[in-house]
Amino acid sequence: MSKYLLPVILFFILTSFLFVGLYRDPTEVSSPLLGKPVPQFSLPRLADSEAMFSEDEFLGKVSLLNVWASWCVACREEHPVLTELAHRHEVILYGLNYKDDTADARQYLVEHGNPFLASAVDASGRIGIEWGVYGVPETFVIDKNGIIRYKHIGVITWRDAEEKLLPLIGQLQNETS
Amino acid sequence: MSKACCLLALFLLCTCVLAQSGALAPEHEQRYYSLLDELRCLVCQNQTIAESDADLAKDLRDEVKKMLQAGATDSEITEFMVNRYGDFVLYRPPVKPRTWLLWFGPLVFLVIALVALTLVVRKHKRAGSVALTEDEQAKVDSILSRPEE
Repeated sequence: MSKYLLPVILFFILTSFLFVGLYRDPTEVSSPLLGKPVPQFSLPRLADSEAMFSEDEFLGKVSLLNVWASWCVACREEHPVLTELAHRHEVILYGLNYKDDTADARQYLVEHGNPFLASAVDASGRIGIEWGVYGVPETFVIDKNGIIRYKHIGVITWRDAEEKLLPLIGQLQNETS
Repeated sequence: MSKACCLLALFLLCTCVLAQSGALAPEHEQRYYSLLDELRCLVCQNQTIAESDADLAKDLRDEVKKMLQAGATDSEITEFMVNRYGDFVLYRPPVKPRTWLLWFGPLVFLVIALVALTLVVRKHKRAGSVALTEDEQAKVDSILSRPEE
């Protein structure tokens, strides 16, 4: 009996690794920016190209930065969730309009509603690189000190909003800055 | 005459286009291509940024080019990428506690296999040298002494 014990144990160790692997998404790469201050940048605002949007905007409050574009199909899917977060839960939501045409972006917000307090226009995608953006949509949770605390890659589902984002935002709001 | 003019114009146009694409200095070119081969495209994860057609890969190639032209060293460029995208962008992850299993795991398995092999071989050898009982020895002798047919 003991002869077969070791192979059986090894088999279960191996299969448990594989089993965990089944439920992990290889496209979700954890960001090295977590726990670090938001990158420095200065970009024109979507509503008014004369006014600038910089990293100082994030100080003193818990906020979300959502990377979006009018060409991004998945963004349309999460738009109702963002709207709900901003309007019903009074979450402070900023947008990073990534590699988009400004006229298209404005039109998109007219059509779908604008949940963003402000959107920064990153037409070249250069600031996206600073934030380590590799797929739109992406959403960052930023604490009162302007530190990135969480990054959500891909569409925010209702479940993600309720189980991950809202509890985290609540927790961060209770922290003293 | 008009043909020659046409050719000349074409030639000038070509050189203009080449100059505009910001071709790299020869001493940068080799480093450029070897850097691109080391960096993973995060959109299509099994391609380097040299191979990938993704928009982001193109942006990152431009970034590498710009940094080279600005005089950055290879390690400064890879550090720039790692700071933004994590170790995952590197096709050769650095050796550190988190990646020990990755780097030395195969070696550990090799050692385990060698130890197991030695144990098994030894066991067999020992089993082979067990002395025969008197009956068995007699049987062996009778078989061996049988004349060949």
